[in-house]
Amino acid sequence: MKLTVSGKSVYCYTGGRAHQPGRPTLVLIHGAGHDHSVWTLQSRYFATHGWNVLVPDLPGHGQSEGPQRESIGELADWVAALLDAAGTASTLLAGHSMGSLVALETAARFPDKVSLLALIGSVAPMPVAPPLLEATLANRDKAHAMINQWSYAPRSQLGSSSIPGMNLTAMNERLMQRQGHGVLHRDMSACNAYAGGFEAAAQVRCPTLLLSAAQDRMTPPKAITPLAEAFNREAPVRKLVIPGAGHAMMAEAPAAVLEGLWNFAGAFASSLQERP
Amino acid sequence: MPIHRNAGADTLALHAGQTPDPVHHSRATPIHFTTSYVFESGDHAAALFNQERAGHVYSRISNPTNAVLEERIAALDGGVGAIACASGQAALTLAITTLMGSGGHIVASRSLYGGSHNLLGYTLPRFGIETTFVPAGDADAWRAAIRPNTRLLFGESIGNPGLEVLDIPTLAQIARDARLPLMVDATLVTPILQCPIDLGANIVMHSATKYLGGHGVAIGGLLVDGGHFDWEASEGRFPTLTEPYEGFHGMDFAEESPIAAFLLRARREGLRDFGACLSPMNAFQILQGMETLGLRMERHVANARTLVEHLVKHPFVESVSWPELDTHPDKALAASLLPKGCGGVFSFSLKGGRKAGSAFIEGLRLFSHLANVGDAKSLAIHPASTTHFRMSAESLLAAGITEGTIRLSTGLETATDLIEDLDRGLYAAQKACA
Repeated sequence: MKLTVSGKSVYCYTGGRAHQPGRPTLVLIHGAGHDHSVWTLQSRYFATHGWNVLVPDLPGHGQSEGPQRESIGELADWVAALLDAAGTASTLLAGHSMGSLVALETAARFPDKVSLLALIGSVAPMPVAPPLLEATLANRDKAHAMINQWSYAPRSQLGSSSIPGMNLTAMNERLMQRQGHGVLHRDMSACNAYAGGFEAAAQVRCPTLLLSAAQDRMTPPKAITPLAEAFNREAPVRKLVIPGAGHAMMAEAPAAVLEGLWNFAGAFASSLQERP
Repeated sequence: MPIHRNAGADTLALHAGQTPDPVHHSRATPIHFTTSYVFESGDHAAALFNQERAGHVYSRISNPTNAVLEERIAALDGGVGAIACASGQAALTLAITTLMGSGGHIVASRSLYGGSHNLLGYTLPRFGIETTFVPAGDADAWRAAIRPNTRLLFGESIGNPGLEVLDIPTLAQIARDARLPLMVDATLVTPILQCPIDLGANIVMHSATKYLGGHGVAIGGLLVDGGHFDWEASEGRFPTLTEPYEGFHGMDFAEESPIAAFLLRARREGLRDFGACLSPMNAFQILQGMETLGLRMERHVANARTLVEHLVKHPFVESVSWPELDTHPDKALAASLLPKGCGGVFSFSLKGGRKAGSAFIEGLRLFSHLANVGDAKSLAIHPASTTHFRMSAESLLAAGITEGTIRLSTGLETATDLIEDLDRGLYAAQKACA
């Protein structure tokens, strides 16, 4: 569906179902150089199991109008405006990679808008290796190849797929190619510049899931410990590590990501009901 | 923009799409001889049917052995995915019926495999899909043939029977200008010699029956999507991909995945409803063949070059059609688009017409006389006395062949043995015409 945020058209995937009043909403924020389609399998399940699903193309990505936001803070403000435009009440806000930083910052800035928080493939800070950042500007092909090399487990690197007949690394490369010139660089720069992760975590008041993948070389599971420890002790934090997958875990282990989110939502269902 | 490969072609041909199974640790790809798959629960079943979970439901739609083959050819060809079909013809039909219905129009190269020509020229018009055939190398003719209802441009990497080399970069530009996809039949080249998606084509099809299998024991077809055609930017020309499909949960396939829309629809509609799926046994056999594809294609090319060199010097041979020869109009194009070689299929014309052609075939002992190409064994056919036997000399010329044309599919035998056999046939032809 199309929404208008700050006067600009925003495309949101809804998992194939129209929103219904009174339901909790799953909001999924994609990562750098991506669009809504990285969340397809998880979205469709929630949409047929009592949830409204809202999966935007971030500004300047996919079918959403620009301008692209250039910092995590600006993106968090934009997500808050999106939630207002959609009229969501109780919300499970989940983000992947760059999207996880956006989700974290949104939960910190707008605690009343987020009932549950899930950070998938996340670390904070999220420095981007200088050669990769440089390649996103100077040589997109090289940047895409580097991202694929670090984002997928060995079995996916050789074309083996959890989705029958699909070549996951090629899909990711085509998805990044579809985004306009400079989009990936601005996204990566926003990740690289974000320094507010620990402060944001301390302000989060809702239950949080930290979902990592065992073979993730972009945001390794071990690297999330400092962020996990920065959360407010009163807010429950759950950690889950998915075996056999890399950073692109929604594609590599779609069922495990879905189950992680679904079980988390079930365990803290009361947090969803407490929201106005 | 080509897709980055994570390994070389020979490595991908051996490994892509398969990891040893986690239960029994089988190194080879297991043959999953099953029609259907047990659901874990009612919820799991519903999620599979509604595409909320990835997995297998019924082997007409997907099968684990077939998936290895699909993922392997996609990795080799630089595609985002693939679908295995019952034959090359099934793959072509699946592509066309996914992109268009009655009222659709195709612009196709005139130099096509006979089966494809029959489908486009005679069968599909019965269902309201028309084709305009144009000379493979005439870019202006391709442009001029595009109509408002055109939905696809289609040609073969190396055409039949004249071995015309398709100028894929030029046609890809024509297709892009018209916001249409270009599909290429790459059967005669395989990903070892050419990857049309890297050159700008959007969709690739293979008759896996030929070089991919190589052994001549299994019929199969493969459809590979480059994933880079923007269906939503095509002004409503592809409603099968950009509008909700009531036949599958109202899914809008391009919304679901702008990258994989074509393959999603092809699998969820065409493969499901028309049912031209590949047997997992055939998938296994084709996979076995693909493991040695790189080695075989090198030998096919080397043997073909040796035979061509021999034939061009023979006094009873009128002409040899082979894109690597100075006399072939597409020599420069072949050097550019097929730098590793033009495969193992070529044709030559004998002096002495039909009589010489028949005698040549009868004189062979090692070459098998049959209507196929791309086998490990060398094959020969005389079109004027078999596939084209009803045609007059004039009609044959219009089709690009003569009464004395012989088509060879060079196999992997010892080259000196093949030359000896050709000389045996040539002697018989000369004797018949003496």
